[in-house]
Amino acid sequence: MIRLTRRYRFSASHRLDAAGLSEAENRALYGKCNNPHGHGHDYALDVSLRGHVDAESGRVADVAALDALVREQVLEPFDHHDLNAEVPAFAVCVPTTENLALEIRSRLASRWAKTFPGDGPVLDGIRLQETKRNRFELLD
Amino acid sequence: MLLTRRAEFSASHVCRLARLSDEENRALYGAASNPHGHGHNYAIEVTIEGDPEPETGMVFDLKRLKDVLQREVVEPMDHRFLNREVPPFDTLVPTAENLAIEVWRRIEPHLAGPRVRLHGVRVYETEDLYVDYFGGQR
Repeated sequence: MIRLTRRYRFSASHRLDAAGLSEAENRALYGKCNNPHGHGHDYALDVSLRGHVDAESGRVADVAALDALVREQVLEPFDHHDLNAEVPAFAVCVPTTENLALEIRSRLASRWAKTFPGDGPVLDGIRLQETKRNRFELLD
Repeated sequence: MLLTRRAEFSASHVCRLARLSDEENRALYGAASNPHGHGHNYAIEVTIEGDPEPETGMVFDLKRLKDVLQREVVEPMDHRFLNREVPPFDTLVPTAENLAIEVWRRIEPHLAGPRVRLHGVRVYETEDLYVDYFGGQR
């Protein structure tokens, strides 16, 4: 069993503002992240998969297929976009890095079987870094 | 407790299967199938599991670990063309996956002890791509 991890990067803007709270409460809760004009980050996303190494090819997965999946599901819709305004999921939930990680895993999981059919590699987990000082992990 | 030591080496390789055509190899391995080869700055991270020995306060002698990595991995592979100069990659495709398994095979006998065991081998092919092998079934 081998685990393979690939890092991707995207830049996006967001604003943290909970619909059920007042302006003052949102400011108190989210601080600078509540700035009405929004702000952005250079996110780093690590996607891990695990599986058996094919005896002939020596590979656990087709990395180009993983790249295509992440490009279609994450990079194209998110990179250089405003998460609140342009990603439907964040019209109804706050684009914290926690929620962003959950959205990314959901997107990858929805197309995983199509990308890696049969007894191919499984999604092992993702790690999302918002800045160099904080990151969030989901382990499958 | 887990103890991790890192080592680096630079080497060239090519990923191709002899029974496939150029087009088929390109479809399977992409740019890595270029028959002339290409290179990477590899980094390996070797993790040992064990408890600190009460007297020395160490899980494993880091100097000894460094020497094992140097002798078994860095010296034979640094600035080499893996397919041509480093068995078993004359017959086995030197993917990052196979490299991690081979590093494990080379170092594991030198790291086992009554209180320690090799926990994992991580091979970075680039800063954005790495594999982990924890022993057992490939």
